[in-house]
Amino acid sequence: MTRTVLWALLSHWRRALLQLFTLIAGLALATGLWSGVQAINAEARASYDVAAATLGEGRYARIEAASGGEIALADYVALRRAGWQVSPVVQGRLGEVRLVGIEPLTAPGGIGPGAEDADIAAFLSGVGQLFGRAEALDALPALDAERVVAPDVAPGTVLTDISVAQRLLERDGVDALLVAPEQPLGRADLAEIAPDLALRLAQDGSEIGRLTDSFHLNLTAFGLLCFAVGIFIVHGAVGLAFEQRRPVLRTMRALGVPLGRLVALMVAELTGIALVAGTIGVGLGWLLAASLLPDVAATLRGLYGAEVAGGLTFRPVWWLSGLGIAVLGTALAAGAALWRIATMPLLAAGGRRAWAMADARSARWQGALALGLIGVASALALWGDGLVAGFGTLGAGLVGAALALPLLLGAVLAAAARLARGALAQWFWADTRQQLPGLSLALMALLLAMAANIGVSTMVGSFRQTFTGFLDQRLAPELYIETADDAQARTVEAFLAPRVRSVLPLASVEIEVAGLPAELNLARPDPTYPENWRFLQSVETPWVRLAAREGVLINEQLSRRAGLGLGDAVSLGPRAELPVLGIYGDYGNPVGQVIVTEALFAELHPEIVPRRFGLRLDPDEVPRIRAALIAEGVAEAAITDQAALKRFSLQVFERTFAVTAALNVLTLAVAGFAILMSLLTLAALRLPQLAPVWALGLTRRRLAALEMLRAVLLAALTTLVALPVGLALAWVLLSVVNVAAFGWRLPMALFPAAYAQLGLFALLAAALAALWPAIRLARTPPAALLGVFASER
Amino acid sequence: MLLKLRDIRKSFPGADAPVPVLRGIDLDLDEGESMALTGESGSGKSTLLHLVGGLDRPDAGRLDLDGVEVTALDDSGRAALRRGTVGMVFQQFNLIPSLNVGDNIAFQARLAGRHDAAATAALAERLGLGPHLAKYPEQLSGGQQQRTAIARTLAARPRLVLADEPTGNLDEATAEAVLDTMLELVAETGAALLMVTHSTHHAARMGRRLHLRAGRIA
Ligand SMILES: Nc1ncnc2c1ncn2[C@@H]1O[C@H](COP(=O)(O)OP(=O)(O)OP(=O)(O)O)[C@@H](O)[C@H]1O
Ligand SMILES: [Mg+2]
Repeated sequence: MTRTVLWALLSHWRRALLQLFTLIAGLALATGLWSGVQAINAEARASYDVAAATLGEGRYARIEAASGGEIALADYVALRRAGWQVSPVVQGRLGEVRLVGIEPLTAPGGIGPGAEDADIAAFLSGVGQLFGRAEALDALPALDAERVVAPDVAPGTVLTDISVAQRLLERDGVDALLVAPEQPLGRADLAEIAPDLALRLAQDGSEIGRLTDSFHLNLTAFGLLCFAVGIFIVHGAVGLAFEQRRPVLRTMRALGVPLGRLVALMVAELTGIALVAGTIGVGLGWLLAASLLPDVAATLRGLYGAEVAGGLTFRPVWWLSGLGIAVLGTALAAGAALWRIATMPLLAAGGRRAWAMADARSARWQGALALGLIGVASALALWGDGLVAGFGTLGAGLVGAALALPLLLGAVLAAAARLARGALAQWFWADTRQQLPGLSLALMALLLAMAANIGVSTMVGSFRQTFTGFLDQRLAPELYIETADDAQARTVEAFLAPRVRSVLPLASVEIEVAGLPAELNLARPDPTYPENWRFLQSVETPWVRLAAREGVLINEQLSRRAGLGLGDAVSLGPRAELPVLGIYGDYGNPVGQVIVTEALFAELHPEIVPRRFGLRLDPDEVPRIRAALIAEGVAEAAITDQAALKRFSLQVFERTFAVTAALNVLTLAVAGFAILMSLLTLAALRLPQLAPVWALGLTRRRLAALEMLRAVLLAALTTLVALPVGLALAWVLLSVVNVAAFGWRLPMALFPAAYAQLGLFALLAAALAALWPAIRLARTPPAALLGVFASER
Repeated sequence: MLLKLRDIRKSFPGADAPVPVLRGIDLDLDEGESMALTGESGSGKSTLLHLVGGLDRPDAGRLDLDGVEVTALDDSGRAALRRGTVGMVFQQFNLIPSLNVGDNIAFQARLAGRHDAAATAALAERLGLGPHLAKYPEQLSGGQQQRTAIARTLAARPRLVLADEPTGNLDEATAEAVLDTMLELVAETGAALLMVTHSTHHAARMGRRLHLRAGRIA
């Protein structure tokens, strides 16, 4: 019996190949997008874990020279003598590779190469074993040191003993001291032993962690959105398939197939389909991840300094989770349909129920649910806090809007029907309204895709606009130079003073403001600043008052984190309590910042001689000055052309969004696919509705044109709804999620031209999707239309 | 006695109070017997057939079929009854559109575990379906579809054939031919036949006649 029933069930798909294709394609796309994003995330996370394990980055407190640069051996020895449990680290670059030298005996636990054949004796012998991933080892220049492959070392990094590192990097000093978590009590203060050194506390949830987390959260949100759009398709396909099979299922039950067996076999059938689609989907996800990962890796490296391998490793976990999500998605999409089948009375009053025709009661429910979700979203946006609330707002708002869409469209169409004059127009509106339930899932998918697109393009556009302006402000000097030491800094400044329009010294030092880590920067009174800098808020003539030592400037991050507003006092030391004169946007910088005028900086930190300079000069002079500086002994690599710097920074941001943009396009494509499939599957059900109108004298060509018009019209209405939803999405991304993740708020800009283009694209997609079904309708043989009347029994 | 109904009652929920449709039906039917069930539209003929076929349960009364107390069976018991003992031919042909004629005919016999390829082929041949076995239901005329439905029922060799206006959708000549074949085949297998019909002419061809009026046997 099982075989007979299964055969009969499966035979449905042979006649409904298109439906089967829709189902598998929708599910595969959904799974693919989801698991692709998961793969990228898993890969990147694994890379950070490895990086953290190798270097203890962020996990351990570090001691560094307050002014940057090396730590004197005497200081190290003095600290050890005083009982400090510290371990030296040297870092440098050998070509493409970051070389890190540690001292295995004193390094805190969990730091080391972790290779099985890492034998401490050899590590210590000074012969020099280099531990790293094969790619990193291959990228090293020729060296007289043994290379050991250790997959646990961070990508692009090679680990070795400190003495070997010093030899290879041709250095004697130490860059930092890792501070073990357990320290003896009663040891002397760092300030007493080595006043030049600064302690950097371990950052739990280090900056890298927090920034990259938000990036991953972003990706995950998009993965979920894509998955949701895909599930809408699956839901539609499964619902239609079950609805079409209702009479057959009833017949089978009348012929004696037990209900339990029937439901079990349908579950098995769907599970099989889900597994096939899931396997294809995970394959697609793999391709997607493999093509996006190099970009993601570049983005993370450029933006956050996190090293991520550019290649993809096979991880069984996400194969399994991909299949799991496919099955789960199918269950989600098919649950309601299965339930209806299971509870379907054996003897129905007859007559095929219009597909997915929501009755008044479920429409009311849907409306209430939509309102509730939008309410939750608004409440979270207004009173929520942090990333989770931000994403909660996004999720609830989007689903709420999607649920509200059919009701909104229904109301608009009802109004249009009331206003319509003429029989044909009246029929058109009424018929469009009747079509709505069958198309609403595809339209919801379109709404989500469009809203995501509008939201993200607004975000990217705002970001780009703000950031370009910000770069113009920050990178105003034509040249940047970095000198090797204090002596060179003094001579170079003296050399430059008569030769360029102005020399702007740059230096920063770690400080603490209101208990938060921040950096203190200096600004020399110069027209460059008032000419280029834009403030989010400021007093009158902030630069004049800054130069007069009447206050400080702070960045937005510090203002938000420390709750500092204009006029609030910032304490920079026992005698320096100054009000905030201005707050500036400081995009992409994780740290709080305070700017004081040069003289005050010198007073607060007399030990620091600025070694970096921004030079204002005639752009035509750049090559000449550059040559002169090199002649003066400034290293060529230490001179940066502003234009190059700007280009690099912009590139980093472009890459950040390359991934999101790719996902965006995919989402819209999936939505277009949803419309096509809904129209095609509806086309068969449409015949009985169209045949009478045809019989009453409308040509097939005319009917087909009306069908096209209907699809475009519905897409246009959906786009209109998507616009405010997308803008709300952008607002949440910029004002809630970004602030929570990065600590600064992006001013939101509007891009009507981009929206118009997106709208046109959506209309085009709808028209294209409607074209094929319309052509099929125009070519439907009259016999098929007549058949509608013949089969009306 | 193959079929025995005692004081069967059934009502359907109405606007405010339940509307009684069957108000105490008694009926006996033996193997090899044929019986016509007549009555005006809405008199409860289909309802009665559904109760006998185990598609629905009566509110009161007792129904025995082939020694089994149907009224005491649960859902799966009634499903087994429909599979093995009863065969139904409906007014709508209720074929499975995705299976071809051959598979449709064999479907119920396979469910019942009584599939015999040779006997099925012979049956199809007698019903004039031989040339159409590979076609799909939508490619058949109404008469051919009804003959397919009849073949499906008879191929499973049920003890009792229930037919609800099996020729209602057919023209007179086709209806006559279909009815002939059905009566012949039922007689050959020794099954009983209970058939709803509006046609006095068709009713006259059955062994016995039963007329429903106001929920009772008139
Ligand atoms: N599921 C149901 N719910 C409510 N009322 C029902 C239901 N099924 C049947 N009825 C009612 O029961 C009465 C008998 O219906 P039934 O279908 O048995 O009539 P019938 O004798 O077969 O009529 P016809 O000759 O038109 O087929 C009718 O009034 C019908 O409206
Ligand atoms: Mg009836």
